Amino acid sequence: MKILRFILQKEFRQIFRDKTILAMMFIAPTIQLIILPLAANFEVKNVNVAYVDLDHSSYSQKLVNKIASSGYFHIKGNPASYKEGLKMIAHGDADLVLEIPPGFERNLVREGSQKISLSVDAINGTKASLGGAYLVSVLADFNSSLDVNIKLPNGTSAAPAAKISIAGSNWYNPRAEYKYYMVPGILVLLLTMIGGFITALNIVKEKEIGTIEQINVTPIRKWQFILGKLIPFWIVGMIVFTIGLTVMYLVYGIFPKGSLLVLYLFAAVYLVALLGLGLLISTFAETQLQAMFIAYFFMMIFMLMSGFFTSTDSMPGWARTLSNFTPVTHFIKVVRLIVLKGSGLRDVGTELLYLIAFAFALNGAAVWNYRKTK
Amino acid sequence: MEDNQSPSTVGRQSSTKEKAIVCKNLTKQFGDFKAVNNISFDVDQGEIFGFLGANGAGKTTAMRILCGLSYPTSGEAMVAGFDVYRQQEKIKKNIGYMSQKFSLYDNLTVLENIEFYGGIYGVQGAEIKTRSNDLVSTLGLEKEAKKLVGELPLGWKQKLAFSVAIFHRPKIVFLDEPTGGVDPVTRRQFWDMIYEAAANGITVFVTTHYMDEAEYCNRISVMVDGCVNAMDTPANLKKQFNAHSMDEVFYELARSAKRTGD
Repeated sequence: MKILRFILQKEFRQIFRDKTILAMMFIAPTIQLIILPLAANFEVKNVNVAYVDLDHSSYSQKLVNKIASSGYFHIKGNPASYKEGLKMIAHGDADLVLEIPPGFERNLVREGSQKISLSVDAINGTKASLGGAYLVSVLADFNSSLDVNIKLPNGTSAAPAAKISIAGSNWYNPRAEYKYYMVPGILVLLLTMIGGFITALNIVKEKEIGTIEQINVTPIRKWQFILGKLIPFWIVGMIVFTIGLTVMYLVYGIFPKGSLLVLYLFAAVYLVALLGLGLLISTFAETQLQAMFIAYFFMMIFMLMSGFFTSTDSMPGWARTLSNFTPVTHFIKVVRLIVLKGSGLRDVGTELLYLIAFAFALNGAAVWNYRKTK
Repeated sequence: MEDNQSPSTVGRQSSTKEKAIVCKNLTKQFGDFKAVNNISFDVDQGEIFGFLGANGAGKTTAMRILCGLSYPTSGEAMVAGFDVYRQQEKIKKNIGYMSQKFSLYDNLTVLENIEFYGGIYGVQGAEIKTRSNDLVSTLGLEKEAKKLVGELPLGWKQKLAFSVAIFHRPKIVFLDEPTGGVDPVTRRQFWDMIYEAAANGITVFVTTHYMDEAEYCNRISVMVDGCVNAMDTPANLKKQFNAHSMDEVFYELARSAKRTGD
């Protein structure tokens, strides 16, 4: 135990002496937590629309006004022909081209139907499909409000066609705001970075400098060395988590609905698992560059497979299975449940078991693979 | 070269207990490459044993085995009475090691480095204080004691690294090219420290490329292509090779090397 104390003392001295790393550990998460949720927003706004009005009627004008006032679209121009509209897409000036054919009003009134064409720039798939869908719903709305669809030609009201209107309400995130979904996720990613990257780099740095050889030639025990590396970064991680929760409350007004204790319990176990991953990486990598590459590889998988951006439920079966094998998936899920929904330990017990299993497996592998004698 | 290959160990066989290091047919093989090829020698307690050889001759590999950092492929070796296959951790308790790479922490102060290494060898806190104060004043580093080690000139760093390697009073200290890149005056001081350590009963196992330093050793061995091709006192070796200096002895032996240095 005394030996462990000397190791911890040395690690803390080094952590607090390296101002750059210290700043990165504490300031970077704060800033990222403030900035990233604003950028990582999947609500589609500011879709640029060009419309080609070949009808110049009051109906076509009404339609354009309706689109403009919906709040999601910018009317970017009114090209004279569909061809010119496509040019605007090609130049990136417009995301959508809406073509209102000649005779739009007349056909609507006389024949009760009219086709209009919608062309979408699908490079940004999300923007294209959501923007297109929004526009279609604006059109539907416009359609149902048309006089021709409500009034009979002779001016008397007919019984309106039965319409189902749906009144929806969003639970746990009443305004369905994206930030409530993203902020807890980003908090998790920050912890993942601290746990996964910094321990790996820290140990591999000692390999590069040669001090690890000096350590390996001392009678220090494996567990002493490993605990000496885990404990300081575990503490740093918990502090970062606390800073993150504070920023989340101060900036976004999100305060965990569930028990803070349960949240911290999860953070504690999760960090042990991630530190184990960092440790495991460090036993394989000989240089910091290698460690960085390996860690980055895992980070990318974690970010894209964990349900951070996209729901794991919409992934194909194999991907869902794979995502269960990343600790991040479980932690993100739990943090969202506890923070937004107020779930208790009983609701998320399985996830705790998952994380404990990860903690044991990763640390076990790291201890096994760390050799004082080669 | 045949007759040079029977080193003087043969006549000096005694019980392994008195020997600091006993090494018999030690081999380390990486694939087809025999980095250390069947070497045998032993080192007496309190002796300064010079381990010479060109770059790539296998010195560091052999030394790493003896320090318990690397498993041998075959052969036997005992260090401080412990087996290099099974008792590495016991060996580690009894040795000090100064590697080719500078191994103190640049971002810790002189005193913090001493405290850390002393501490992990199990030296008690109060004892660390007294010993490190002594050490700092012996080295004349009073003013620098609270400076970061990274700010010290190389010569001082090396002297400090050596002092840290023997801080826990090991039985044997292994020095891998301890004076590389150090000026002649500091090298001289460094060897004074080695002599003092030996006088205190610490066995010194040292590799070097400087032939003047080889002269300071009680006995030396010269490794060529993974084998120990000569081993004796510097005076006897010079006689044997009919040479005036250790330089000539070394050239004579190293000329036969087939491996290229690193």
